[in-house]
Amino acid sequence: MTATVQTAPGMAAPVSKSLWALGWQRLKRNKVGFISLWVVSVYLLIALGGWFNVVGGNWLNEIAVPYAPPSWVGASGADVMPADAYDASGVESSAPIVTLARQEDPIGKELTEAEKDAGRYKVEEVKKRESLPFGADLRGRDVLQKTLKGTSTSIFVGIFGAVLALLIGTTLGAVSGYFGGKIDDLLTWFYSVFTSVPDMLLLLSFAAVSGRGITTIIMVMALTSWTGTYRLVRAEYLKLKSREYVQAASAIGASHSRRMFVHILPNISHLLLVQFSLMTVALIKYEAILSFLGFGVGVRQVSLGSMLAEAPSELVQGYWWQMLAVTIAMSILVTAFSLLVDALRDALDPKVK
Amino acid sequence: MTQDNLLSIRNLKVNFRLESGERFEALKGISFDIPKHRTVALVGESGSGKSVTSMAIMQLLPSNNTEVDPASEILFNGKNLLTLTGSELRAMRGKDVAMIFQEPMSSLNPVFTVGDQIAETLMLHAGLGRSAAKKRVVELLTEVGLPDPAKKAGAYPHQLSGGQQQRVMIAMAIACEPKLLIADEPTTALDVTIQKQILELIAKLQKKHGMSVLFITHDLGVVGEFADDVVVMRHGVIRETGTVKQIFDAPKDAYTKALLNCRPHLDRRPMRLAVIDDFLREGGYVEPAERQRGYLPDDEIILDVQGLGKSFESREGLFGKHVFHAVKDVSFKLARGKTLGIVGESGSGKTTVGLTLVRLHEATAGKALFHGKDILSMSPREFQDYKRRIQIIFQNPYASLNPRFTVGQILTEPMMLHDIGTNQHERLQMARELLERVGLPENAMFKYPHEFSGGQRQRIAIARCLTMKPELLICDESVSALDVSVQAQVLNLLQDLQDEYQLSYLFISHDLAVVKHISDQVMVMNKGEVVEQADADDIYLRPKQDYTRRLLSSIPQGWVNEAIVAA
Repeated sequence: MTATVQTAPGMAAPVSKSLWALGWQRLKRNKVGFISLWVVSVYLLIALGGWFNVVGGNWLNEIAVPYAPPSWVGASGADVMPADAYDASGVESSAPIVTLARQEDPIGKELTEAEKDAGRYKVEEVKKRESLPFGADLRGRDVLQKTLKGTSTSIFVGIFGAVLALLIGTTLGAVSGYFGGKIDDLLTWFYSVFTSVPDMLLLLSFAAVSGRGITTIIMVMALTSWTGTYRLVRAEYLKLKSREYVQAASAIGASHSRRMFVHILPNISHLLLVQFSLMTVALIKYEAILSFLGFGVGVRQVSLGSMLAEAPSELVQGYWWQMLAVTIAMSILVTAFSLLVDALRDALDPKVK
Repeated sequence: MTQDNLLSIRNLKVNFRLESGERFEALKGISFDIPKHRTVALVGESGSGKSVTSMAIMQLLPSNNTEVDPASEILFNGKNLLTLTGSELRAMRGKDVAMIFQEPMSSLNPVFTVGDQIAETLMLHAGLGRSAAKKRVVELLTEVGLPDPAKKAGAYPHQLSGGQQQRVMIAMAIACEPKLLIADEPTTALDVTIQKQILELIAKLQKKHGMSVLFITHDLGVVGEFADDVVVMRHGVIRETGTVKQIFDAPKDAYTKALLNCRPHLDRRPMRLAVIDDFLREGGYVEPAERQRGYLPDDEIILDVQGLGKSFESREGLFGKHVFHAVKDVSFKLARGKTLGIVGESGSGKTTVGLTLVRLHEATAGKALFHGKDILSMSPREFQDYKRRIQIIFQNPYASLNPRFTVGQILTEPMMLHDIGTNQHERLQMARELLERVGLPENAMFKYPHEFSGGQRQRIAIARCLTMKPELLICDESVSALDVSVQAQVLNLLQDLQDEYQLSYLFISHDLAVVKHISDQVMVMNKGEVVEQADADDIYLRPKQDYTRRLLSSIPQGWVNEAIVAA
């Protein structure tokens, strides 16, 4: 053994940092990015809580009077309530439209029967609340609960849609870019046809034929938004497949799939992460649009979009709190996510030589 | 004395703020002078701070992370450049001080014609009108020896060859008759014959215009031929300053001696090349014995290539096809434990030969018999077993290792793919032994490629090949990207491994001195064809072909002592 040992100054450190660890370090130094990360984490926790009905699980309960104003608004909010609003207590209906004698009444017999038994059932007298911290909607449901649940739904739709779209885009892009030739021609043709239809139109047509519900929204979004990822991944594979380390892998006998997924894929993973975050934000917004247009979640489900859909009719009457809650929840989420994406892109761009 | 100095650098100290908040001292207080009408060569390896010095003179250092010590001075005709304002600097750059960069391709703007780019300098600094500038451009291009200058002025950078682009860069630099020309590794990216032409051109222009030239290079050989004074730098410190004669004839500093010796020489071939440590340690350097080279009649031939050809087809128009023959009818034999060197300039097809043999390119003609079996006509499945026995080391150690793999993963992957070793534990053990063999510490196993220097990465690449115990190693420009001192270490390592394991090397390089050092037989290629093939000593002493002779005469010889030549 005669070769000279050349030891760099940093060589003494026993544990070394992977590119991911270095990226994490960079992210931590970026103040804005780090705060956004915390905000996004809180949102993700809410989403998770919403999924297991820990957070916002009771959003369907009608616990307040319709359009109960936020408590901090006080009486001013109550002013706008129309005087002839439907009285929820229902004990004294002021003006019955028709009065019929029991005998003439076609259902008189059943009514007498029912009244006889009525005493046996204790009707829970729920005191409907006059105000809630964030107000209530048309049916007296808590806007806070509703927003939490809605946020959860939106985030889930965004994340799952993005994951699926990423899977489709990455697989097709990898195959297309790596193998090239006829396969690439075919897939690129398919991609071109797909992208020639305007995004929103495609989304709406898919949504129109597949009915409502969270699962369908996710499927629809995945099917329409893989194209960006496909283009990106294909380009990266085209570039990386001729890199020397991939050639070296081929020279040592690595198979095609090993080169594609063990050698190249980790080297574009930072791009995929950024792409994923970007797409999640975009899909959250798309979901809002879809639900707003009535192609979104089902009637027994709530999302930020479906809440926004109720906003126009409420605003005309002066009930602005649901709109406000949704706007705040959504803008903070989208802003934080976008800032996080920016920070991630800076942090993960490998600056290694 | 100061009267004669065009530029004086006094106590120049430059720090870079690193991302982690630490400071890196790039220049630790250097001082030297550039006298009027002389050429000063600044020599050093990567990380020596030579380019930082030139950037500091031009004030091109990135301002967001650079700290220049307030006590530093760069006096140009008595004016301190470090205190100039933005507009004063702009007036100075290009007019008084001009610069030529290493990569002519990326220094020229691809969307403007070269004529326009030169004219821009003239209109900005010399105040010429458009038509006057155009006329001057043609004069300048004639002066730098561009063929058909009037027509070439309207050409875009990509329509010119590398050498022509560098000529354009030089024309641009001398356009305003600068007093100081800074040439930052102007010939590193060029072929050796072109390098010679460019160096001669710079020397000629220096004399004609009476400029001072600051010539920055890593190659002492280049320096000897035309510099007046030499400054040797290492790690941000000046090791030695002197005239060319002093530096080459009687170097005082151990590092200078090492630099002079670790380049392979054309006239001798030591058993091992000198490395820097040989000079820095006590006792000094003792020249080892000469190594004998050449094929012997009873050598066992393991690779017999016959009529190898490779052509690339490109579509031209709707139905047309353009066929480019990268390699035409190449035949050679390689013996066990011997080295065949393939030399040639860029575009000679030497790399293509290497790549077709590991089937990273499919050959279009010929046979390659490895132990009597044609590896070119095998099915991919059959060839899989042979991949283990024929390995390749690439040129760029920064690109040939997967940045997301640890060294441990890099080394165990080939063993896993070829079922070498029974389990992961055994493979890791073998990997550790190999790391030690190539001269890297054991803790390198858990590190990522980006933590290593170029030379260390090339060792990792070598270790990766060794995991499979190959018989034939193709070294494709494997030491070209390395500093001379590191190059010597890697060449020594390759030689040791050959002696130990009886490896055969196909050594592809544009560097004739390196090929001469390591090869038993040398094959000279030009434009895809074999020009000449013979034992290494024969070909260098008695070249038969004109092309070989031209190639050999272009090698920078360092400073040639006239007394020795006369004797």
